[in-house]
Amino acid sequence: MEARTHQAIAAVWRIESARIVAVVARMVRDLGVAEDLAQDALVAALEHWPREGLPDNPAAWLMTAAKRRALDHLRRSQMQEGKHEAIAHDLQAREALVVPDFVDALDEARQDEIGDDLLRLIFTACHPVLSMDARAALTLKLLGGLTTHEIARAYLVPEPTIAQRIVRAKRALADARVPYETPRGEELGRRLASVLEVIYLVFNEGYTATAGDDWMRPELAQEALRLARMLAEVAPAEPEVHGLAALLELQSSRLAARTDAQGRPILLADQDRGRWDPLLIRRGLAALEKAEALGGAHGVYALQAAIAACHARARRSEDTDWRRIASLYATLGGVAPSPVVELNRAVAVGMAEGPAAGLAIVDRLRELPALRRYQWLPSVRGDLLAKLGRDDEARTEFLRAAELAGNGRERELLLERARSL
Amino acid sequence: MRFMIIVKATPDSEAGRFPPNPEPLFQAMATYHEELARAGALLDASGLQPSSKGWRVQYEGDRRTIVDGPFTETKELIAGYTLIQTRTRDEALEWSRRFPNPVGEGVACHIEVRQLFELEDFDGIVQEDTKKRFEKIDLQ
Repeated sequence: MEARTHQAIAAVWRIESARIVAVVARMVRDLGVAEDLAQDALVAALEHWPREGLPDNPAAWLMTAAKRRALDHLRRSQMQEGKHEAIAHDLQAREALVVPDFVDALDEARQDEIGDDLLRLIFTACHPVLSMDARAALTLKLLGGLTTHEIARAYLVPEPTIAQRIVRAKRALADARVPYETPRGEELGRRLASVLEVIYLVFNEGYTATAGDDWMRPELAQEALRLARMLAEVAPAEPEVHGLAALLELQSSRLAARTDAQGRPILLADQDRGRWDPLLIRRGLAALEKAEALGGAHGVYALQAAIAACHARARRSEDTDWRRIASLYATLGGVAPSPVVELNRAVAVGMAEGPAAGLAIVDRLRELPALRRYQWLPSVRGDLLAKLGRDDEARTEFLRAAELAGNGRERELLLERARSL
Repeated sequence: MRFMIIVKATPDSEAGRFPPNPEPLFQAMATYHEELARAGALLDASGLQPSSKGWRVQYEGDRRTIVDGPFTETKELIAGYTLIQTRTRDEALEWSRRFPNPVGEGVACHIEVRQLFELEDFDGIVQEDTKKRFEKIDLQ
């Protein structure tokens, strides 16, 4: 019975924690303090609920408990001379002290603005003063409601590493006096880009693990997809938010087809397209349409989503519209120039116009320092050479690619290709 | 994991009637689904028209007969569904607990929640070739 209650509490916490932390952070204007207070409310639930049974509305119970702690905290800080000034300017905080129900009344009036609270939370967690690793960990913790243990397991690092990363991140935010707010104007674009980048990195870490022996860590990819869906709801006017959601839905639609029964990766062309998830494809195409309707067709994520959509629409690998993909990569390269995009364009051109045309592009990229240790360069080059019948050169490239691969499964696949020539 | 929250039909839903004062119910449903979406948990949702607009195909020996609706055994009929994706079964349980009473608060009724099969669930049950054929079907 107790175990059952604990599971229920964990579930409620996962659903509610982001919102609770967000609301409390609005009150106390400090992310670290807000998280601690929210945790206190959770601890209270763990004490009360197993004894007294689950409340009728566990979410409201947690929220009330957390707000009460926030008010106590504000009262305490008001008594401290130094902090007094810091919160004095904050009308909401002051009102809350005088009229304890003020926050409830405010929330009642702003039911629609829960999204704003979540937005502030994610903007703060993904603040540029933090390292990428710190942003990702903080986002998973605060927005995902994941425990430090779960994050550590997902990233294959020891739990204290993540715990420390999160503590440091919160301290860095406090030290930099990062205001707890949603950026406006020009700042908004820059900060939104950071949020999208964090979600995309978390997704990619799950979609193609960069380290370890597993090719994928689906729980990270799924959590990122959930965050992207959430963001599309709370920031519906931003085209790139839908672009990212579209990209992640479409990529996720292939999750079940990307490995064989032994967990070995299967390349796109060889995937059983019947295993692609039609529901996610449909959602991805719909999100892409939204991004385009909002004028975001040339956004970095929307363009990548449009490329993924070309694959999703092809019922067989040979039906793929490689010409369109090559042209989308060219557009993407114009918007966000990158040697990796150029390498991908080479693959598409190789498919559309033949391996020699693709190889010509790859050869121009070989001297770039940025790609010197990038395993996909020799891998793509090997593939094009093999198609041209230049087997010896191709084998050398695959071996070189295997040497550079950080992921065990990926290395295995590359070595196998070298052997097969 | 994916779950379908199934709303059962009622004499009202079968008659195509909405409750006398539908606004609070619609509001509650809208709020609930907004919250699902905001949590990134909503995949799809829809209400179904009364069975009077549907039909059944009856199999008897080699014969198939079309039987037009309406159908009388209301409790076995479905009036709508909400498809959700959660990280754990408990989360789905919690979300379902919050589903507004579909016939209006205070009126006795029930909803049903079922977990969807994933492709892997058919491993070893259906022959590999047969499964491949299922997978090849374009469901878009």
